[in-house]
Formats: sequence, structure tokens, C-alpha cells
Amino acid sequence: MDKDSSTNSPPPEKFIQIENFNFSYGQNQVLHNLNLDIPKGQVTAFIGPSGCGKSTLLRSINRMNDLVDGVNYEGDIRINGESVFNPLLEVISLRKRVGMVFQKSNPFPKSIYENVIYSLRVAGRTKKSELDQVVEESLRGAALWDEVKDRLHESALGLSGGQMQRVCIARAIANQPEVILMDEPCSALDPIATGRIEELIHALKERYTIVIVTHNMQQAARVSQNTAFFYLGELIEYSPTDDIFMRPKEKQTEAYVTGRFG
Amino acid sequence: MDSQPTQFDFNVRPKGEVQVWLTAAGLATGVLMVVGLLGLVFWQGITVFWPHTVVEIELREDSSFLLDGSPVVAGVITKKQAKAKASGEEWQLFVGNKDAYGFMFHYLDEADIISVREPVDIVVAERMEYGDGVFYPEELVTEAGEVIAVTEASFYPSLEAGLDTVNDRRAEIRVLERKKIGRINREMKSLRTDLRHLGDEPLPDETEAIQSSIDQLQAEYEVLAAEARALRNEQHKGSLRYRISTGEVRTEALGDLIRIHRPNDMSLLGRMSFFVGELWRFLTESPREANTEGGIFPAIFGTFIMTLLMSIAVMPFGVLAAIYLREYAKQGPFVRGVRIAVNNLAGVPSIVFGVFGLGFFVYFVGGTIDQVFFSDDLPTATFGTGGIFWASLTLALMTVPVVVVATEEALASVPRGVREASLACGASKWQTIQRIVLPVSTPGILTGLILAMARGAGEVAPLMLVGVVKLSPNLPLDGEFPYAHLERKFMHLGFHIFDLGFQSPDSEAARPIVFATTLLLITLVVVMNLAAIIIRNRLRRKYLSSTF
Repeated sequence: MDKDSSTNSPPPEKFIQIENFNFSYGQNQVLHNLNLDIPKGQVTAFIGPSGCGKSTLLRSINRMNDLVDGVNYEGDIRINGESVFNPLLEVISLRKRVGMVFQKSNPFPKSIYENVIYSLRVAGRTKKSELDQVVEESLRGAALWDEVKDRLHESALGLSGGQMQRVCIARAIANQPEVILMDEPCSALDPIATGRIEELIHALKERYTIVIVTHNMQQAARVSQNTAFFYLGELIEYSPTDDIFMRPKEKQTEAYVTGRFG
Repeated sequence: MDSQPTQFDFNVRPKGEVQVWLTAAGLATGVLMVVGLLGLVFWQGITVFWPHTVVEIELREDSSFLLDGSPVVAGVITKKQAKAKASGEEWQLFVGNKDAYGFMFHYLDEADIISVREPVDIVVAERMEYGDGVFYPEELVTEAGEVIAVTEASFYPSLEAGLDTVNDRRAEIRVLERKKIGRINREMKSLRTDLRHLGDEPLPDETEAIQSSIDQLQAEYEVLAAEARALRNEQHKGSLRYRISTGEVRTEALGDLIRIHRPNDMSLLGRMSFFVGELWRFLTESPREANTEGGIFPAIFGTFIMTLLMSIAVMPFGVLAAIYLREYAKQGPFVRGVRIAVNNLAGVPSIVFGVFGLGFFVYFVGGTIDQVFFSDDLPTATFGTGGIFWASLTLALMTVPVVVVATEEALASVPRGVREASLACGASKWQTIQRIVLPVSTPGILTGLILAMARGAGEVAPLMLVGVVKLSPNLPLDGEFPYAHLERKFMHLGFHIFDLGFQSPDSEAARPIVFATTLLLITLVVVMNLAAIIIRNRLRRKYLSSTF
């Protein structure tokens, strides 16, 4: 892990910009005036106690919250300068640029092959050679190819929990997104599977901008370059990961990362 | 530990547990009722085809139960019951020979019986008319004119051969009359329609051309009709002389008999093969004699096709409605109201649907179709009268709530996670429903269809208004263009049971066949449900390892 290079290198491009973002479910405001910029090509971790709004923020980036009735937001989220809330933007094209991996692995009840190329199928692409290539590249990208290459056409539901989560990652990267959002991707996995996913996140950050929500402090420390600490819907501290864990500026941050509350 | 060992009190029981027997008793009652019902129907239905022993009973000369003055009565004992007022039993006997006696069942008093024996040489004959005959054969006159007495060894082989001949000829006549003459009638009908359509001032050529075609068909018809007449005459060439138990001697043409057996002279194997043969004929033949004889194939076929059509109609309709209700409609008081209304629709008495089907489908839709497409045939209705299509649609309407409710539940049980995963992959809402939600909920949807089929297949009341008939000579599917005749009326097992049990001239004679038909209706419903259940379980296994 070469954390030093990231702290010493020139400040990376601001890729996702969150500006004055407020969010509420009905009367219940869960995010309060958030401002943060997520750099390109790095892993940014959102940490904080349960109910602090980190998942809500994550799900706002690809507008998964649209599915929930009665939500309101103010402010803006921009990816590469483009607002995700632009009324002219098709949410489908946004989700093509922003892939997502969920807390519970949720493969479709289809074969591994069909799981991986799902996004291509719904986009209407049918060329066999292209699909085969995407399956291999994505599964290699998700470090799963060698384990499943002989049973691509078997049900994805027959895999282990860690493998299923990697199928979900392969499914997300098959779409060639720019950003991958991960909502506690390891919370249901054992330490070995978690280790493999973390290695994978390291490998993926070369090509993708990754935002990860995690409850696991060590995980945030291991995989991310930047960490944002949220508490009760407010952004308390946002700095390079090393600073958050070694030299936290805020008392609350220090209390949280050292395990005194949360 | 040295302390006093704890004493268990074995008399303490948890309070309330004693009531468990009540729930168990409830279940046991239910199971007993179901088993009893199925057992009764099964036993009564299955024994119909077994060759029953025929007894010959000798009565006292002064008995008041003599049959046509004869003290000797032959028949199958169908019932032994205690007498209503006096002590002792009275027996009910199936005596057959309705043409001779005027009835088929005879009661007698057990006290008047002198002897009961089982004559080996008595014959039971299935006949075209008047039900079964029970008699002692005496003499056969073959079609060639040869006279063979029953004492000769060649009697039974010759009789069997003679019956084979008349049965084959009967089939031939049937083909001639139904298929060939039927075709000519249809062609003539269409030519006559053409003739009417020529207008007010038809060209002489055209009229003449059509008229000559009609004449030609008429000539063909005469030939075929003559052929059929000739065959019918031949049916009466051979004859059988026999003596019934009263001593009366009768002669019957071979063409009026179908098959004979000697129930008291059969081995177990013979009885079993007779049983299988009877069962097979029951399943594959058309009914005769006001449905009390012959088979019930048209009713089986009608029920099957109607249920199939109903399923095809109800599935897309119910599933689409449920998708809208669950996935697209904005949940609120209005949608809740709609949902309650749909659920209550399932409780509407079926006859109400029958009335609606008659008024809407048959009279309104069917009448309109007739006016637009079949105006030539009016006033004879084509679709404007009950038929299998309208019956299927009526039942589909009746069962749609079942499918809607089951589908809604299945859709609701699809985990949110997979839906979100699909949307996060850039799928639209419809793509998510189509590719993920629907396949996962198929087992649940099929459960709804199974319930719908179970309700639809056994329904009779609405069908009586929209197309079921006592006897339909033509099946809704056959080899005649356009093969599927959805406007035709049809026979249905449920209605068949009603008709046999309550509308037949001799309900005593029809009773066994009622049970056999009931058994078959149950079997058909069970088989169709089993098929759907097997398909559902296959699908369920496919999604079984899901970890949600």
C-alpha cells in the first residue's frame, strides 16, 4: 500500500462534486448541507455510525433514491461537471456511468454469464463475440475468472457468498462505468472473502473512481485514500485517510475511529 | 453438590396444552371427510366396469313380486336393504331387457325366495337400444343364413364374428353419414349462400353454374344415402333368438347388439380384461341413449379444451393487471379500493358471471361478430349463441381475481435487492420487470393459475348459460377446416354429471355412470393441477439456492 504517493502527488481532479446537498425523507431531513469533492481514480470511503446518512448520499449519486416515494433534495451532485439531477438526463445513462455494488450480494437467478452481461443485454447488445469478451474481461477484473471459467453457464446462485459478491462487481464493471459505488460490500462476508474483495478494490482503483461505504474502520484504512466521516447527516471531517486515522482534527472523528462511540 | 436433590413434580402440566386434541380432531375430521368422499367416488366409479355376477332367483308361486307372472327372475343384485315397514330384507335386482319388461330394475322380498343360483350359460348383452339384455341364447341365424343352435360348439365363435361384422359396418355407416354426407351438406349450404348473393338480376350463366354444382352434389348425396341405406339393411340380416328368464322367447337383429359376455363363466383374468375394455370404451367412445350408455369422450375433451382456453385467456389478463397494480399504480386509497374490489370479485356467485357472459359475450360481442362477419348465415347464429369460446372467456373472467391476487403476492415477494441491482445496471423499469421480476415470480403466478384451473374446471352453473350442452355431435377440435371450432357448443363433465343424475329418464340406471363420470372429473382436475404443480416445482428449484 503506497499511501505516500497519494499524499505527495498533485491534488487529483475533482470528479464528483457534492454541493450544498440536503436530503430528506418526507419531513425527516437526513443530510444537512453537504459539500465534498471526490477525486478521480481514487478510493473514497464514507464512514460513520448507522443512520448517519452515508448510504443515502451514496445512493443519491446514481439516483437510486428515485425509487423511494416522498424524497426531497436540494443542492447538486455533479459528475465530471454534469449534474446528475439534470431533468434532461436519462437516469439510465447515469447508471451506465455509475455502477453499484450492494451490501447483500444480489446476483440475478440466472447463469454467471448472463449475470455479468446483464447490462449489455438490457442495452440490446447481442454480438456473441463481444459478450464473450466482456464476460472474460469483467470476471478477470473481478478476480473470479479462474474460479468460474468452467461453469459460466451454471446458476450464479450456486456460488459462495464471496464469489457472488465478486459476480456483482463483475456485473458492475461489465458496463464500463466511470464510478463504482459500493454500499458495505463486505458486511456479509467472512474475513477471507473480505480480504479478496479488498485486494480487488485496490486493483480496480487504477481504472475506476470508487466510493465505498463501510462500517469497518480497518477496511476504510486499508482500501481508501480519502475518508469522509459523517455524523447525524453532517459531514464532520473529510481528509486523506491517513490524516483521519492518525491525526483527526475533530474530537468526534477521533472518538469514532478509536472506537469510543458508534 | 450436597444440597437436597430437586424433586420434579410430574403432575404439573402446562396450562392450555390439553386443547391440542381439539385442533387434531379438527384436522382428523377434515381428512376423514376428504378420504371418505374420494373413497366413495372411487369405489362406486370403478366398480361400474367390473362384470357382475348374474343370479337366477326362484320365487314362491304366490309371491307378489313375480316378474310378468313368472316366478323365475334373473339379474344382478344391486341393493339389499331393510324393508321399510316389515322385518327382513328386500332386494333390488337389475333385470335389464327393458324392451320386454318396460323397466330395468325389479324389487323382491327376500322372504319369498326359494333358491338363488348362478347359471353359467346366461348372457349379458350390450345393445344399441333399451339398455342391457340378460338372457339365455338359443339360436343364431348368421348373415349367410346358416342356423346354429346354442348347443353347437361353433355357436359362440360365430356369434362373436357376427358381432364384429355388424360393429365394423356400424362404424362404416357413421363415417358415411357424418363425414361424407356432412361434407356435401356444407358445400351445398355455401353454394346456396352464393346463389343468394348473386343479386337481384343475376347473370343466367352464373346461376346455372351454381345450380349445376348443386345438382351434382345432390346426385352424390343420393348415391351415398343409398349406400348407407343398403348397409343399414344388412345390419338386420343376421339375428339371435334368445329366451329371457320369464320364459319369453325373443328374436333380435345382430345389428342391434354391440357385444356380449357371460359374466358367470369368466376367469379372473377374463374379468380383468373385460374391466379394462369397458373402462377404455368409457373413456374413448361417444355417449348413446340419452348419455346413459356408451362413453364420455366428448365431455372429457370439452372440459380439457375449455380449461386450456380459459388458462390461456386468464393468464396474460390477470398477470398484466397485477403488474400494473403492484408495480406502476401509485399506491393510495384508490388502488386499495381497486384491490379490495378485485378480491371481492372472487366471491361473486358463479351464476352471476354466467349471466354476464350470456349478456355481454354471447349476445353483444357474439351478435356483433355475426352481423359483421357472418351476416350471410343470419338468422342462424354462429358466434351469437353459446360456445366453447364464450364459456372459456366467462370462466376466465370469473377466475381472474385469483390470478391477480396470486400474481400480486408473487411480485411483492421479489426481493428489493435484485430489483435495485437490475436498475443499477442501467435497466429500465419494464426491463427489470420483464427480465428479473417476472421470471422470479413465475412459481407464484403458476400457483394462481392452478387455483384458477381448479375452480374453473369444476364449475357448471355459468356454463349452462354460455354454451354447454347435453350432447354435442362435433368436438371443438377436429380434422375439418379450420380445425378449431371455437363457436361450437361443447360437452362438459360437470354438466354431464348433472344431466345424468337429474335429467335422465332412468336415474337408477344412470347412477353408476354418474359416479364413474365424477371420478373422471376429479381425475382430470387432479391431473391438470399436477401438471401445473410439477412445472412450478421445476421453476422453483431453479431459483431455490437464492440467498435472499
